[in-house]
Amino acid sequence: MKSKPKPMGSTAELRAFQRVMMGALVRPLGSADEDAAGFIKPNSRLTALERLEIYHRMYWFRLIDSVTDDSPGLASLLGEAKFDRLVRAYLGKYPSRSFTLRNLCSRLPQFIREEPRWTAPRTALARDVARFEWAQTVAYDGEERPLLSPAEIAGVPPSRLRLALQPCLSLLALDFPVDDFVMAVKKRNTLRGEASNAREAGGRAGRRVKRVTPPRRGRVYLAVYRLAGRLHYLRLEPGGFRILEAIRAGRPLARAIAAGGRVRPAQVEEWFATWMKFGWFCRTPL
Amino acid sequence: MPANRFNGQTSHGIGIGLRVPHYAHILDKKPVVGWFEIISENFMVDGGRPLEILDRILEQYHVVQHGVSMYLGSADRPDRAHLKKLRQLVRRTRTPWVSDHLCWGSVDGTYSHDLLPMPYTFAAAKRTAEKIRQVSDYLGVPVCVENVSSYAEFHVSEMTEWEFLTEVLLDVNNIYVSSKNHGFDPYDYLNGIPAERVGQMHVAGHTKFEKYILDTHDHPVLDPVWKLYAHATRRCGVTATLLEWDDKIPSFDEVHNEALKANEFIAEAAENSKFGIRNSK
Repeated sequence: MKSKPKPMGSTAELRAFQRVMMGALVRPLGSADEDAAGFIKPNSRLTALERLEIYHRMYWFRLIDSVTDDSPGLASLLGEAKFDRLVRAYLGKYPSRSFTLRNLCSRLPQFIREEPRWTAPRTALARDVARFEWAQTVAYDGEERPLLSPAEIAGVPPSRLRLALQPCLSLLALDFPVDDFVMAVKKRNTLRGEASNAREAGGRAGRRVKRVTPPRRGRVYLAVYRLAGRLHYLRLEPGGFRILEAIRAGRPLARAIAAGGRVRPAQVEEWFATWMKFGWFCRTPL
Repeated sequence: MPANRFNGQTSHGIGIGLRVPHYAHILDKKPVVGWFEIISENFMVDGGRPLEILDRILEQYHVVQHGVSMYLGSADRPDRAHLKKLRQLVRRTRTPWVSDHLCWGSVDGTYSHDLLPMPYTFAAAKRTAEKIRQVSDYLGVPVCVENVSSYAEFHVSEMTEWEFLTEVLLDVNNIYVSSKNHGFDPYDYLNGIPAERVGQMHVAGHTKFEKYILDTHDHPVLDPVWKLYAHATRRCGVTATLLEWDDKIPSFDEVHNEALKANEFIAEAAENSKFGIRNSK
């Protein structure tokens, strides 16, 4: 113990205590924090450091397990040891800033781009997989607004008509066809287990990651969406992808269609019929 | 207490946690269950399957919300965005009360996603009580606070955990786990809590290790915990009770039958209370 804990007589002192303890939890696994342990009473079986260590390990195991649950494709691609190092580095730089574990992987694609050493030499593929897997989380329980009805847009000229896409729909331009790869690893459609303060006995549950042959490079355009409560993805033609991106950017319909390039009008009509059927267009927020 | 201001004046019986592996069974077979407890955070989402399932459950059953991330003991102010989502869910479920834990778990906007034990000081008690009032006022329903199982105690504590507790969701298994980890008598705890302020109880299974006990929620309830539960029921009266089973989840019927064992102790407690037997170990 380096210093004797001071009495805690105010909210400011409570906050200072909690900062020290949180600092001890988020330290890299295996490193001890004697300052934080100084706050803890030992008992006849465990030292203060050992008691702190229970919480320290549980912090890491819970978060690593949560990222693993939401990233089966990335775990398969990198293998257990490399994935573990990536997740530890990611959580070290970007600890959770949300009350829900659901958002834990939101910055993983960004981190992979920022620090390619953790995924080299497959950084581009790893980032595509991470983007696709985060899109699945968004599609799973993201917002779905009321559908746009044809009556609401009847009579509005295409030069002025602006459509909106469902917030739970993601559009991805990827350098690798990761959709089939990830789906082969795991079809994910369950809730994450965020329950009371139950602990997994013995720490991590020893999750085995299914290995699947990684895809070769090849440009694909994907829509990841939800239909009737289920996750779906659809490969798009480049022209269709550009039109949808322009719609999402807020361009009027006529300009969005022009962004699609040389596409037959009948093809555009067919795409829109499909997209309407899938419920991708919604009312713009008030 | 059968019904009091801490559980919205309701008299719910035995409930179980609503868990993903049981969705199909519940929606298909529609078993008779007193009520379901949901983990609020799993349904504080903007759309999709979780809310669709919840709405179907709400057509048939009472639902009570149990949270894991309000962190009533954190020094930080309650997060407004979190509270707003929680209030939307409260309106959807019409839960008579919400519960969360007597713990902290976030500071300066960084979340541990764990239920960390409090230093039991007067300053922390004041801050925690203030936050419970703020949250309850905002949500418009009572807030029950659950004692957590813990693996550490702090030098700075100025009182026991049971002296610190106020509006209580009494987790009997957590009392047992903490009593073994910290070396206190769990009956002192039960006799020390304000019985008239207990709105709900939890029971669960745990796992013994060489040097400590871990709160795992992956077993049936062990006998010493049922004995404590019987004592708690004698002290507090017949109270809405929930079995927590969150890992290695068996069939719905197995979980439900385990939960219904509580009825034996409730009947025993009710019989004893007729003869004025209370507070016995």
